[in-house]
Amino acid sequence: MENLSIQDLPPEGGPNDVAPQTGGPPQLPPQMFTTAAQLLDLTDKKLVLVLRDGRKLIGVLRSWDQFANLVLQDTIERIFVQEVYADVVRGIFLVRGENVLLLGEIDLDKDDYIPEPYRKVSPEEVHALTVKANNEKKQTDKVRATKLHKLGFEVEHSGEILF
Amino acid sequence: MLFFSFFKTLVDHEVTVELKNDISIKGVLKSVDQFLNIKLDDIQVVEELKYPHLSSVKNVFIRGSVVRYVHLPSAAVDVALLEDATRRGTWNSEMG
Repeated sequence: MENLSIQDLPPEGGPNDVAPQTGGPPQLPPQMFTTAAQLLDLTDKKLVLVLRDGRKLIGVLRSWDQFANLVLQDTIERIFVQEVYADVVRGIFLVRGENVLLLGEIDLDKDDYIPEPYRKVSPEEVHALTVKANNEKKQTDKVRATKLHKLGFEVEHSGEILF
Repeated sequence: MLFFSFFKTLVDHEVTVELKNDISIKGVLKSVDQFLNIKLDDIQVVEELKYPHLSSVKNVFIRGSVVRYVHLPSAAVDVALLEDATRRGTWNSEMG
């Protein structure tokens, strides 16, 4: 084994060789433009996470990786139906990155500010409204699908909300 | 890599990001990465009343895979340079 010290120069043509910087406009440091740098700023903060299926989770971001797989702690789910909403305590979430729509940092001065006319109700009330709204949507979708089918169209992923 | 570099030149400009679920978010572009994940500051949601969960949010990280459009400030885009760069990109890969 060679005895190398930190003062030794790297061998010529080795992997440590870096092409000299050429002219051009001054550049921002490249490490600013990585997924890690973007998510590092949000770590340990209270965030709202919106998933692709429309769910809104509010919790503290504890861990993540380059695909935006995320771990949220002390999470609540906030469910909106028509003009009411409710918070349901959920706990810890590990979310696969592909399901992430956006992550928003909550302004602690405006914490939990929900504009009019939305008002907070009990989870049971929201649940009942959700079930009702879903059933109505299923009905209208069914009618629509039948009509389209008669005209020779096929409805894709009927009734499912993907975004 | 071209569009990654291109978006890097737009940092600190105001852009509007339209997502695949139809939400449009206007804000100052703060960062972008290789997947075109986008960070926006001082955000304002178009049709805010429809999306009440975002009214207490000041900055967002948007996953690149859910972006439909990014509306750019035309003053900040050098169209000629961009055209030139995209053509050179095609040329290189054809010759590659």
